[in-house]
Amino acid sequence: MQYGAPGQGRHFFMPHRTFVWLCLLPLAVLTAAFFLLPMARLVVTGAEGPQGLAGYLAILVEPRYRATLINTVLLSAATTIVTLIIATVAGMFLQRHRFPGRAVLIAMLTFPLAFPGVVVGFLIILLAGRQGLIGDLSNRLFGEKLVFAYSIFGLFLGYLYFSIPRVILTIMAAVQKLDVGLEEAARSLGASPWAVQRDVVLPALGPAFVASGAIAFATAMGAFGTAFTLATNIDVLPMLIYTEFTLAANFATSAALSVGLGIIAWAILALARSFSGSAVAAAG
Amino acid sequence: MRIESCGKTFADGTRALEPATLDIARGETLVLLGPSGCGKTTMLRIIAGLELPDAGGRVLFDGNDMTSVPIERRNVGMVFQSYALFPNMSVADNIGYGLRIRGMARQERAARVAELVALTNISGLENRRVDQLSGGQRQRVALARAVAVRPGILLLDEPLTALDAALRDRLRGELNRLLRALGITTIYVTHDQSEAMELGDRIVVMEKGAIAQIGTPREIYFMPKNRFVAEFIGAANIVEAPVENGHLVLPGGRQPIGGGASRAAAVAMIRPETIWIVAEGGAPLSGIIDSVSFIGDRQRMVVSGASDKLLTIDAPNTIKAQPGERIGLLITPEAVRLLPAEN
Ligand SMILES: Nc1ncnc2c1ncn2[C@@H]1O[C@H](COP(=O)(O)OP(=O)(O)OP(=O)(O)O)[C@@H](O)[C@H]1O
Ligand SMILES: [Mg+2]
Repeated sequence: MQYGAPGQGRHFFMPHRTFVWLCLLPLAVLTAAFFLLPMARLVVTGAEGPQGLAGYLAILVEPRYRATLINTVLLSAATTIVTLIIATVAGMFLQRHRFPGRAVLIAMLTFPLAFPGVVVGFLIILLAGRQGLIGDLSNRLFGEKLVFAYSIFGLFLGYLYFSIPRVILTIMAAVQKLDVGLEEAARSLGASPWAVQRDVVLPALGPAFVASGAIAFATAMGAFGTAFTLATNIDVLPMLIYTEFTLAANFATSAALSVGLGIIAWAILALARSFSGSAVAAAG
Repeated sequence: MRIESCGKTFADGTRALEPATLDIARGETLVLLGPSGCGKTTMLRIIAGLELPDAGGRVLFDGNDMTSVPIERRNVGMVFQSYALFPNMSVADNIGYGLRIRGMARQERAARVAELVALTNISGLENRRVDQLSGGQRQRVALARAVAVRPGILLLDEPLTALDAALRDRLRGELNRLLRALGITTIYVTHDQSEAMELGDRIVVMEKGAIAQIGTPREIYFMPKNRFVAEFIGAANIVEAPVENGHLVLPGGRQPIGGGASRAAAVAMIRPETIWIVAEGGAPLSGIIDSVSFIGDRQRMVVSGASDKLLTIDAPNTIKAQPGERIGLLITPEAVRLLPAEN
């Protein structure tokens, strides 16, 4: 045996592989404790109702559940699309132009980032509720009070308000990274401003759309605070889960609905991602 | 094509270009040459329509005022230093983009793209993605894309700078043949004087936002208008000495020059390859060899004592001379070019 001084002998170091596994330990514990175990429990609970495994089927078959599901997906999809459109136009303008008050405007737009959904709901009520600004205005102008805070449109507005600040920041960062040379090249080849947007800018922003759209969609699917404040006449999935859970003590159904919510959100995101991925590959 | 007193001051107050006037003949290749930051790109962007000249400046194509016409309606072809190829399109789609924008039918477009692919030597790469190309291939695609639309004028901003030296030399030759074959009016920006010499019908030497000299490569090389041009193009010995009776009075002797009034202080340029080494005593000028470096096709000698500063000489590779040796220097009067004195 010819061990050198400490630190020289190789045996003083852990083999690389062991080291990597050790680093993975916290991740493994975290995954098990916070994800796998509760999720497994949730999945099992979903099948423990009077209908057993068929409880999962019920969320698709039972008209009330199904309608709520469709409502939620449509509302979330609409929110995502409109958010992306508004955030892209606004983000592009804010990133590309310098004007007095720009910093203030950006600060204002991103101010609601920290607001919980309840506050967003409250703001929508202030705007379009029975005592709201829009109601007041329409009353004075047309003698009729316009109240839509508690309709699906109010909810939609609340979701928009919630997601735009998040998305706009991502888009602005992506716009900043755009290669202006590409746009100039397209223009030199005769492309009109619209063609430049279509052929150069939007494709380059694709990854940012998928990333921020995914977050907007998932957030809208699971939004509770806003729904809790506004959704008195309409059902969205998180509200349904809440009522089944707390009011009806229907643990199995609420668990099944939760699992369904998770799967649908996940599936749609995966779909969007693969679609945009293949779109990039096909175009490239 | 004509640029008329076009200056450019950027919003932050940077004066990138002094008002400049420039005429470019049809089919000519004009090179804008100058050190980094002298305003070459700015001038090119004004011609392209990517930058508006300061008030009073005009850009004319065939006598028509194009100053306020945006780039997309100027029918220019542009090759950017970074190539700016569209990453979301294939090589063929990149080349055909301008044609597609012009509404050319698919078949006609494919034919034209094939023509350019052959012309620029990139056959077999048509369906590649842009990020699967080497630097030289990208450069060819960028060029093919720019000329596909048959532009009235082709603008190239340092198209070879991003490539390594060997490839740059090869592509330079290729580019030269291609531009001659197309007969297209070209403005070529570079900071590399050998590139400028090879490609340019005329060279515009720029210094700090102003045009220092316009001329053919020969004029620029042999008859530089000032010290900046002389030193920027090729190697040059700049000599400061008084002139007496048609002679430069130097520490190493009296060098005849082709006339010129006597004055106490003159600045002259002598190219290293115009100085001949002869035996001491057989020449009006003499000095001592400081160092000799053998380069292969020639040898570079540095001589002291002949002028106020060290003289650099490009001598034939057959001459045998040792450092410390005293030698004679023979320079024809025409090879000595007097430059305007600096203030
Ligand atoms: N958009 C801009 N705003 C302010 N100053 C600018 C702008 N673009 C260029 N400049 C300045 O104008 C001057 C000329 O720039 P230009 O890009 O024309 O130089 P160049 O000769 O092309 O240099 P290089 O060889 O490094 O590309 C530089 O001092 C540069 O810093
Ligand atoms: Mg430049």
